[in-house]
Amino acid sequence: MTDFLLELRSEEIPARMQAGARENLAKLFAAELAKAGLSAGEIVTYAGPRRLALIAKGLPSATEAVSEEVKGPRASAPPQALEGFLRKTGLTREQLTERDGVLFAITERLGRATAEVLAEAIPAIVRAFPWPKSMRWGAESASTESMRWVRPLHAIVALFGGDVVPFEIAGITSGNVTRGHRFHAPAEIVLTGADTYVEQLRAAKVLVDQDERAAIIRARAAALAAEAGLELVEDEGLVAENAGLTEWPVPLLGRFDEAYLDVPPEVIQLTARVNQKYFVCRSADGKLANAFVCTANIEASDGGAKIVEGNGKVLAARLSDARFFYETDLKTKLDDLRPKLEKIVFHEKLGTVADKVERVAKLARWLVEEGIVTESPSRRREGLGEGRAPSDVASGTVPPPSQFQVNDAPHRSGHAGGMTDLKLASGGGELADLAERAAYLAKADLVTGMVGEFPELQGLMGGYYAAAQGEDPRVAEAVRDHYKPVGQGDDVPTAPVTVAVALAERLHTLAAFFEAGIEPTGSKDPFALRRAALGTLQLILTNGLRFRLRRVFEIVLANNRYGQTYLTEEPTLGKLLDFFADRLKVQQREAGVRHDLIDAVFALGGEDDLVRLLARVRALQAFVTTDDGTNLLAGYKRAANILKKEGVEGDQGWNAPTYTPEPAEADLIAALDAAEPKAAEAVQAEDFEAAMAALASLRAPIDRFFDDVTVNDADPAKRAARLALLARVRAAVHMVADFSRIEG
Amino acid sequence: MILTLHDYWSERGCVILQPYDMEMGAGTFHPATTLRALGPDSWNAAFVQPCRRPTDGRYGENPNRLQHYYQYQVILKPSPADLQDLYLGSLAAIGVDMAKHDIRFVEDDWESPTLGAWGLGWEVWCDGMEVTQFTYFQQMGGYDMKPVAGELTYGLERLAMYIQDVDNVYDLRFNDAGVSYGDVFLENEKQMSTWNFEVADTETLFDAFRKAAAECERCLEAKLPIPAYEQAIKASHTFNLLQARGVISVAERQAYMGRVRDLAKGACGAWMEKNGWAA
Repeated sequence: MTDFLLELRSEEIPARMQAGARENLAKLFAAELAKAGLSAGEIVTYAGPRRLALIAKGLPSATEAVSEEVKGPRASAPPQALEGFLRKTGLTREQLTERDGVLFAITERLGRATAEVLAEAIPAIVRAFPWPKSMRWGAESASTESMRWVRPLHAIVALFGGDVVPFEIAGITSGNVTRGHRFHAPAEIVLTGADTYVEQLRAAKVLVDQDERAAIIRARAAALAAEAGLELVEDEGLVAENAGLTEWPVPLLGRFDEAYLDVPPEVIQLTARVNQKYFVCRSADGKLANAFVCTANIEASDGGAKIVEGNGKVLAARLSDARFFYETDLKTKLDDLRPKLEKIVFHEKLGTVADKVERVAKLARWLVEEGIVTESPSRRREGLGEGRAPSDVASGTVPPPSQFQVNDAPHRSGHAGGMTDLKLASGGGELADLAERAAYLAKADLVTGMVGEFPELQGLMGGYYAAAQGEDPRVAEAVRDHYKPVGQGDDVPTAPVTVAVALAERLHTLAAFFEAGIEPTGSKDPFALRRAALGTLQLILTNGLRFRLRRVFEIVLANNRYGQTYLTEEPTLGKLLDFFADRLKVQQREAGVRHDLIDAVFALGGEDDLVRLLARVRALQAFVTTDDGTNLLAGYKRAANILKKEGVEGDQGWNAPTYTPEPAEADLIAALDAAEPKAAEAVQAEDFEAAMAALASLRAPIDRFFDDVTVNDADPAKRAARLALLARVRAAVHMVADFSRIEG
Repeated sequence: MILTLHDYWSERGCVILQPYDMEMGAGTFHPATTLRALGPDSWNAAFVQPCRRPTDGRYGENPNRLQHYYQYQVILKPSPADLQDLYLGSLAAIGVDMAKHDIRFVEDDWESPTLGAWGLGWEVWCDGMEVTQFTYFQQMGGYDMKPVAGELTYGLERLAMYIQDVDNVYDLRFNDAGVSYGDVFLENEKQMSTWNFEVADTETLFDAFRKAAAECERCLEAKLPIPAYEQAIKASHTFNLLQARGVISVAERQAYMGRVRDLAKGACGAWMEKNGWAA
């Protein structure tokens, strides 16, 4: 068994491509070996700025001999058949072997030397290597067919054991010579083999193993910060990137002028990270310190003094620029940026960002005035199961959309024109004003200098600028946080103003795109509508927001009216609600809720108060794992199966039997008489645990009924009455969930 | 420093040219780069080019951002195999001590949407500061490079700050007689930033853009690629000024850039045709 070493030495490979290149190299190499019937004991890959390397351990010296057999005609076949076969195989009659009256052509393919296989495999891999971007170079590039690589490729080392595997690719001849660190050890090094590769290069100031470089950066950067009495702000992305930019990483700590700490800390961190690839540090009080850690690629002769000084200057210039943007932005009120928003197209079918802002602001106000978002969302959560459902507030009749569209009075708790007949849980008042104001300002920072420079600071800068121009802190907070949550696991806002803006924006976006006929399909979701729906769900569930999704979307759609591609509401509404149901299922499944339980609740249909829907799912989940639950499920299934077999669907209507029921039958009727109103009342009160407890009282009577009573009685009246009784059981259980969807 | 670079690259076979006498955003726009990069002929040149980037103006308040500065440009076609070493040699020649300074090649894919050009390469960092743009052109004016040219663009002020060890560009010593970069250019930066951002008459600029575009097309019709290219440069700079004035919306921006690109591509195409080169 022999080891193989491959090193592809080039000009600097982008850091972000190195991990993928290692993966591809290992994959392609294994595939080429497999084609020849070879496999390595282990394949290790290394990547750094100037070299991509692979070590394959434990390769045999040759592939195994293979004997190939081709079946020919029977020995007794006519001569034409034989001639044809001889032509095809290129053999003579004497070279064929006869077995059981049939002729065979047998070719022995000798094993090939592994080195020979490699000499063909490596050029094939290099030529077909899938770099995300590749280029041509040099005199060879006079033809566009010349070889491509990520950057100019300079040399290839290919050693099988201690011997060079000879091949040539586009003028580069494989060999055993490499070079060390660009500045510390530029001379040629003759490599002796795979086992000494890492150490030979270490001696030439090159750490070939990216993991070793990452470990050094991680440890040394943290140690430097600690020595300075600070704490490093950890950043694995930066560790990997710096490991991809260095062959001999030397972290160094520097300082910048404390005066720059006036600039928001997020800006400093982002500038340091994105533009300069520096780590930042915190002081003991948790605040950002005026220190950075850069990673040099050399051991400088002066210990790095010049390098630290230089990097410090660059950072100062960057921060000076950031401060320039910050201070310039602060000179303009967010309100005054509106004309610029009018110039940004939100979507060609959906108008400008300014249009969108206006709609979202109205919607945010409406969400508050309708009592969907209130001062204290947490009270809403407690309200669950305590009688009157607050959702009734928002589930009344649908008002004419024009009410919402045209209303521009500053305070509308009175709702002239009958927006809804129901008394509002909250009049809106200050909260509505704040929500509208926050939504109005929320997108202004998109046209500030700072967000232009660093798009990822959207929201955050708006929050700073809103606070600076004296907005209510709740407004500033909403401007800052309304993009949250950006995904599963992100913080979900709970401050009412923020919730109103965040929810309004998502509802608006979803409705607008669906109305324009733009929906996610398969893996394509260019406007991140799935994420918007998930964010909506997180906002609703975290804050216990009670409303009928259908009705709110009716209002939102009516409010949007972009006009250009106006679809009738119904298909759009239906699609939106289906889309939400799907997202909710996905979200709950990911959260570990049994999908059959979700289906059981969804199968009831018509439920679009998501908080209530999930309360039901939760109660069901708790219930089905109890003995009562398991037994009730078993009884239900038995009943449902009989009904299915007999073709009894839906509620049969119920009349008391005309005959004297058997005791078990009478018991079940009595139990239903008792349980049904209890369960119904509990469902009404959204106390699903109580509803299930009421249903659990049916368990024993159902069991006894099946033990003692024959459903399929000879008397058609009895049979019909008993089937109707079972249908009543089924209907009672369906008050809580469609148990037929539950597995087990 | 310029003289050292001239000597260095001249010794390595480059013709030493003078700056092009038009306003442009980068040395790449110099016809000695754009047009000469096309076609099969070998071409090696080095020159200084003043650059104007109206949106980079900071009223003289930023220590290293300027709306007018100097680039040192080297173009080598085909790109030599030892281009990185040649480049590092030039840094050593102007006094960068690579035992003390951290030189790094950091990915930076270059693309000029207004020239219909792109290439792969790096920004070269010296202690974290970008001092050179190093690019292997792959396409110019929409045409594949056959062969590929290597382009080095040195930021002269930044390198000078290194070598002179000053923190602020305006503190650079222009000569040994006490004249600083600020003495020469600070007032210019202040006034030009004000003009670029606040004063320039946008109607005049829009008009200039239209006229340059029309003139470019006339030249193309007359099969005169060089004057056509000059008009494309003019349109490009006028567009940059309009950008600085903030009067071009995001949607319009694409349209204007597309217009400039079409002009530049037209000039490159006419140049190829004039020389009888196949695409």
